[in-house]
Amino acid sequence: MSDTGPVRAMRDVLSPGRAGAPASASEGVSGEGAVLRILERHGRMASQIIAILQDLQALRQYLPEADLRLVSRELEVPLTRLYAIATFYKAFRLVPRGRHEISLCTGTACHVRGAMRVKDAIERGIKIAAGGTTADMRFSFETVRCLGCCGQAPVMMVDGELVSRLDHLTVGKALEKYK
Amino acid sequence: MTIGVCTDTGCRACESAAVYDAFKREIARERLRRVDVKATGCHGFCEKGALVVIHPRKILYTQVKPLDVPEIVAKTIKKGEIVERLLYLDPATGKRVELEEEVPYYRRQMRLILGDNSRIDPADIRDYIALDGYEALRRVLESRKPRAVIDTIKKSGLRGRGGGGFPAGIKWETARNAKGRKRFVICNADEGDPGAFMDRSICEGNPHSVVEGIVIGAYAVGAHEGFIYVRNEYPLAVEALTTALAQARECGLLGGDILGSGFAFDISISRGGGAFVCGESTALMASLEGKPGEPRAKYIHTVEKGLWEQPTVLNNVETWANVPKIVLGGPAWYTKIGTGDVSASPWGGSKGTKIFSLVGKVNNTGLVEVPMGTTLREIIFDIGGGVPKGKKFKAVQTGGPSGGCLPESLLDLPVDFDALTGAGSMMGSGGMIVMDEDTCMVDVAKYFIDFLKDESCGKCLPCREGLRALLEILNRIVEGTGKRGDIALLEEISEGIAATSLCALGGSAPNPVLTTIRYFRDEYEAHINRKKCPAGVCKPLLRFRVVPERCTGCRACFKVCPASCIAGKAKEIHVIDETKCIRCGACFDACRFEAIER
Repeated sequence: MSDTGPVRAMRDVLSPGRAGAPASASEGVSGEGAVLRILERHGRMASQIIAILQDLQALRQYLPEADLRLVSRELEVPLTRLYAIATFYKAFRLVPRGRHEISLCTGTACHVRGAMRVKDAIERGIKIAAGGTTADMRFSFETVRCLGCCGQAPVMMVDGELVSRLDHLTVGKALEKYK
Repeated sequence: MTIGVCTDTGCRACESAAVYDAFKREIARERLRRVDVKATGCHGFCEKGALVVIHPRKILYTQVKPLDVPEIVAKTIKKGEIVERLLYLDPATGKRVELEEEVPYYRRQMRLILGDNSRIDPADIRDYIALDGYEALRRVLESRKPRAVIDTIKKSGLRGRGGGGFPAGIKWETARNAKGRKRFVICNADEGDPGAFMDRSICEGNPHSVVEGIVIGAYAVGAHEGFIYVRNEYPLAVEALTTALAQARECGLLGGDILGSGFAFDISISRGGGAFVCGESTALMASLEGKPGEPRAKYIHTVEKGLWEQPTVLNNVETWANVPKIVLGGPAWYTKIGTGDVSASPWGGSKGTKIFSLVGKVNNTGLVEVPMGTTLREIIFDIGGGVPKGKKFKAVQTGGPSGGCLPESLLDLPVDFDALTGAGSMMGSGGMIVMDEDTCMVDVAKYFIDFLKDESCGKCLPCREGLRALLEILNRIVEGTGKRGDIALLEEISEGIAATSLCALGGSAPNPVLTTIRYFRDEYEAHINRKKCPAGVCKPLLRFRVVPERCTGCRACFKVCPASCIAGKAKEIHVIDETKCIRCGACFDACRFEAIER
């Protein structure tokens, strides 16, 4: 029932052109300025590295290799350390995401109100396991621990919007409007 | 007249943002100049969102939709009439209740910390100041006696609301006396416990109460730099705190010369990366320093050597929010609330109120603030309204993932730090998850161990490997391959983990296993010996079957079955093909005749 697969090898994670990933070269060049601006905003301080990676992820939806290399070079922080942080904290992702992001809450309140059955229903509906992205890049689906909305359990967040009081019988329909 | 619309995360899921906009439009259209519409924080009664309170009378409207707004404005705002159908219906009396304080859910609470939420626009510092906000800070600065503040907090008996229950006054005093170049204060807003959301609601609904508490604490211990470590999963809380800090700075309540006293202090916000272990003090500080959040051994406590090796005070959101109230009301007032006697030592009792997030299988879900010492029964049944759909109460889980599950026989336990610990659970941050007869306790234990296994940082062996071993055994029990002796093995490993782990995560991690074995051993035995899940949760142990005598042949189950494994024509008895059944339970829930057995 774990949300994560086996630990990926470094070269897998950071290799360009992984399953649907845009070519990293073009990203790196086109967006270097934006990354440098993030660094400036945090005073180019290595102690701010978590905040920098968060902003980078907000910009790119994930942490592309080219950008991580740039951050590493600019701040003189070893790439391995960035990798350690990016894999320690749940919030960071090293692969690109689908157009719509589904985060199903599996916090305790949601769990006792049937979140696991909703999870099974979503997995059946979009035909991927939690933690994955559909081949057509339509959905990424992950389970998260508590969105802090326990009063309306079970809940999920789709593209930042809360969908509450889910039911395994109807959740499939609720996802149809996301194209 | 003020209209307070809750626009906190919970009510937002019930269109409250649209309700707020509708009020704004309607009030503008009617040119009602003396009516103020406020987007407020959480009022607590999340079950009935979206909530609207009309001040000064405090009329409470529940489950308000945008379409109800014109009627409310036409009747209540313009003519002072009540819109009956939007009032709360008390299921006990069958009567509509007009005022917020008369609703049983609120009447039995003591809302010291949450009470102002429905009156305050969190994005406007003037609202907070109008309710005596920052007055406590002003008095403290005026007195120029930091040690007197520490003394006040010590005498009040305030204990940390984040879980440990360590007396805040003693923490502050130790930090003040410790040697260091600098001192730091930190607010832990990394509410990692699934099932708890009171810290989010305070940050979103009344952020200045937290900021004021932190500034007072900083003055008391002599710190000039502070941090709020907040979950990145709480975007609204981050926004509310950021706005609050900017406004406090503008008003001279933070910065180089606070209120002209010469005291310099500022706070920065640090967003967490989503790691449960970062609730642990040393892990949190490692994360603040920009490292992976791994705890260290605490031979030297963080109050002496914490952030960047300097004396550091770390308290959580709710603890900080209590500080201004205590300074204003005085310890004599504060110690009247709660249990025990703290005149000799703050360890002697639990004082003040505690906010619980009452969720799960309970009628009135939401945030509940009660004096320490209130019994579980009062919280779950009198305030929470009991278990929905006439189901039977089974257990209540307190203290987050590493807390424990308490059975019906302990419902009269007064809830305070020491009573809960005595029963094998803990206060934790105040999550209170109610479980009914349909909840499987072995599955719950497995759920928590799975959570903790994921969240274990992996630094020390007992926690990393021990939790894996527990999970493996629990998995085989719920899959029907449990062996005799597994219960004893679970207990043995649990004791090992608790005794030898590096930090409190591992130290308390076996609690869910130990308490479920202690209070619900029969369920473990049913899984292991009879290969049955009495609650009907553990999928591998379920067999769905149509009861021919009750089946009406309505095809309801046929239509919902995702595996297409139900055969049968209309008005004929249906049959489930067990070889194809994926045990999703859709048929069981769809059947209106109880004709499906599991």
